[in-house]
Amino acid sequence: MLIKLTGGIIYDPANGIAGKQQDIYIQDGKIVNPPSDAVVTQEYDIRGKIVMAGAIDLHSHIGGGKGNIARILMPENHRLDAVAHTDITRAGTGHAMPSTFTTGYRYAEMGYTAAFEPAVLPINARQAHMEMGDTPIIDKGGYVLMGSDDYLLRMMVAKKDQKAINDYMAWTLQAAQGIGIKVVNAGGINAFKFNQRRLDLDEKNPHYPVTPRQILKTLATAVQELGISHPLHVHGSNLGIPGNDETTLNTIEGIEGLPMHLTHIQFHSYGTEGDFKFSSGAARIAEAINKNKNITVDVGQIMFGQTITASGDNMRQFANHKLANPNKWVCMDIECDAGCGLVPFKYRDQNFVNALQWAIGLETFLLVEDPWRIFLTTDHPNGAPFTTYPHLIRLLMDRSFRNDMLATIHPEAQKMTTLGSITREYTMEEIAILTRAGAARLTGLVGRGSLGVGDFADITVYSENSDREAMFSTPDYVFKDGNLVVKDGKVVKVTWGTTHVVRPNYDASVEKDLKDYFDRYMTMKVGNFKISDDEITEDGRGSLTVHPLKGAAI
Amino acid sequence: MIEITEVPSPFCGIGTDDLSIQVEGLSLKVSANGCAVNTPAFEQAMTDLQPRINGEEVSLSEAVNHAAELLKNANQPVIGGCATDVNGMRALLELADKNGAVVDNVNFVGARRNFLAMQDSGWMNTTLAELKNRCDVLLIVGTDLESFAPRFFERYLWNQESMFLEDTSARQIIYLGKAPSGAASTSPNGKKAQVLPCSNEDLPQVVAVLRALIKGKIIAATEVGGIAIADLQAIANTLKAAQYGVITWAAGALVYSQAELTVQTICEMVKDINDNGTRCSGFPLGGKEGDQTANQVCGWTTGYPARMRFSSGMPEYDPHLYDSNLMLANGEADVLVWVQAFNAAIVPPKTDKPTIVLGRSGMTFEKEPEVFIPIATPGIDHAGHAYRLDNVVAIRLKKLRDSTLPSTAEVLSAMTQAL
Ligand SMILES: [Zn+2]
Repeated sequence: MLIKLTGGIIYDPANGIAGKQQDIYIQDGKIVNPPSDAVVTQEYDIRGKIVMAGAIDLHSHIGGGKGNIARILMPENHRLDAVAHTDITRAGTGHAMPSTFTTGYRYAEMGYTAAFEPAVLPINARQAHMEMGDTPIIDKGGYVLMGSDDYLLRMMVAKKDQKAINDYMAWTLQAAQGIGIKVVNAGGINAFKFNQRRLDLDEKNPHYPVTPRQILKTLATAVQELGISHPLHVHGSNLGIPGNDETTLNTIEGIEGLPMHLTHIQFHSYGTEGDFKFSSGAARIAEAINKNKNITVDVGQIMFGQTITASGDNMRQFANHKLANPNKWVCMDIECDAGCGLVPFKYRDQNFVNALQWAIGLETFLLVEDPWRIFLTTDHPNGAPFTTYPHLIRLLMDRSFRNDMLATIHPEAQKMTTLGSITREYTMEEIAILTRAGAARLTGLVGRGSLGVGDFADITVYSENSDREAMFSTPDYVFKDGNLVVKDGKVVKVTWGTTHVVRPNYDASVEKDLKDYFDRYMTMKVGNFKISDDEITEDGRGSLTVHPLKGAAI
Repeated sequence: MIEITEVPSPFCGIGTDDLSIQVEGLSLKVSANGCAVNTPAFEQAMTDLQPRINGEEVSLSEAVNHAAELLKNANQPVIGGCATDVNGMRALLELADKNGAVVDNVNFVGARRNFLAMQDSGWMNTTLAELKNRCDVLLIVGTDLESFAPRFFERYLWNQESMFLEDTSARQIIYLGKAPSGAASTSPNGKKAQVLPCSNEDLPQVVAVLRALIKGKIIAATEVGGIAIADLQAIANTLKAAQYGVITWAAGALVYSQAELTVQTICEMVKDINDNGTRCSGFPLGGKEGDQTANQVCGWTTGYPARMRFSSGMPEYDPHLYDSNLMLANGEADVLVWVQAFNAAIVPPKTDKPTIVLGRSGMTFEKEPEVFIPIATPGIDHAGHAYRLDNVVAIRLKKLRDSTLPSTAEVLSAMTQAL
């Protein structure tokens, strides 16, 4: 079977192509050279349409225990968005935290072909993979959450060397089948279990005499030394607290040049100026990002409306529980490993703080100069459900639309933001970098987010439309591994994506101490903790794709 | 004979994974770390190997086709039991989606007390390893913990070592409501649990007064439900002074009208303690008959826990209306599918409606169902996944023997195909 996409306008930043008309040939799931003799079995005339690789969401809470608590907590939210089955798709529910099948279909229907769960607790990793295993069409993967686990903190207190810590992290990454390492409120989730209610960057955990700064440094060093492509994925300290822009700047400085990804930076860019002692720190933070080339960020844009915040940061979630709307919330301490907190939120444009949060996110997008180091996220579902991405893209690409929106928010917030004076509009090429080429590069995916010969045929085709929200909501065609899965914004075929992982080496003797620890303190045997490959593949539709380490030959 | 070690159990709910089991053909013997729940569940003999239609042995495909025919012609099928592993639940939900069925887990009436409280106001909970390493005060409300899980104390409280307690035998155990049936709660150094018994009828009031005391309210009465206010005040003080208090209950044991309000009072009390500057966590007990597994898989597949329906083509949730027993009794449902892969003793409700049973081998019936298909047991006959009571940890079940029985998932998928 040879498929030809004829006459599309290609935006493929991975290969330096921006708006060039070019045919694409697909065979056996991959992009191939124009064959000299083979007969085209299926041709799509897409002359004048915009072509990009399938989009990749590098931070979206799609699988794992806290997401399922979020689902079960909010039946009233699902009732407003019940999804009937069709001949080819399963029934489900949507809005803030959609069911797994609905998540896969809706991502694909927006032209996305991969999403990464950023907070896989090692002890809950089975669930994350089972949920992602029930998420159709898109590829997936997870960042394994560390940094509040007692095992690591005990190692640090015992002054174990970096090599031993690297071994432990590589072992855990493999046991939990992840592609990267995440840290959430470094040490803070752990400190909350000792009744600490706040933990600053240089504050010691009440039980273990180590600070968040030391934990970040240790983890980031391990990620680099192990050759994991994705930099340490950091949910910083002091989320949501006015004045945390200082914490964020200190965090950037404290990592001393090591690669670090600061996630949902919007929630960490708050100053204390103005009548309400809440102001935008976006300009200062963006300046630091522009200057420090080792730093990447995703924004975690908020959108107005109902959602639910789902986070591993139970220390901060507990602190914010009085803002729960509706007034119900869940916090959990989890297995000497981590924790989670679920707090429903209704972001309102007439609420000063929410309105300014909205503006801070957009300021960040527009003030960070290098599109390869910033990524388009709402931290689904924390800032808003992922289904708001087309609206967000319009805000970035269309200044007059953005200013129209700005004029409707809380008037005091309008005064506190520079947003109205920022003239930048994202180009089509920049959107393709944020949502495709850059995301693939930062997660270390080989053959994705790119339309070169030999790459996987994950391809999205849009009709040009000056209403960018409409354009990015309903692609004409989406191909996943060469299969036409979406036509005119609707799923036409259901396929199953792969699970992306990396496997840095470790010294097998690391398991000796772990076995002892599990036997003494944990609630399962170490052998039963590790997730085997067949757990992901035995259903006949899941698969694993192991990506090379940094610097390794492909 | 071979011996398999570190065997995880899907039966007890507390994720015990240190059993040793001797396998000889189809017969199993627990050789280490058994208990009153797990040992008989593993050792249960495999007696039925062949499906039956109206008592006559038939082939699997005949049974599947007959079942599919019944489902095809049904106006409102219900799938009850829902006691199986993750893959079994996946297949069950696919069948229900296609067939427009009601899905109802066998333990939902009990679990509903938790869901109603959780979905109304939330909770703050913990998991087994935190309890094992941190808990210095355990308050057990309305529940006989050791009959619920015989090895709970041994594994999670009287463990020799813990990371954050000097001496685990110094933990304080308090029973409120139901008294313990044995001595498992007596610490290794002989310290007995404190027991403040009251009737289930009085429990809501007793718990409400305890919460009021925790909030610092003045109580004029001197006793409630036969318990002195001074004793409740002492519990309140203990919880507020604890390093890491845990309050546990089994919703299934709170068998009285509107027990969800008691659960809610417990959960709000936990939050009050945290709001007042002390750490405390709730710990709901469950995890039997695949209940957590059913609720988890149903949760990610539909957004709702396992009492919902697909009758109008999309998921709808109602914790009261879609009670399969009531629907069968009042004629709303006309075909019952009963799925029980773990426990041969838990049989379908009595009904005159056509009944299809996917049951553990050895299930006996007062009235033979129209279709009976003996199915494999997850964790014995095939590998799989099951959730532990704390809802975070899915355990990897092992295959221990070669049997010819099909898995729940295989049978239900075949029925979906045949529809
Ligand atoms: Zn996040």
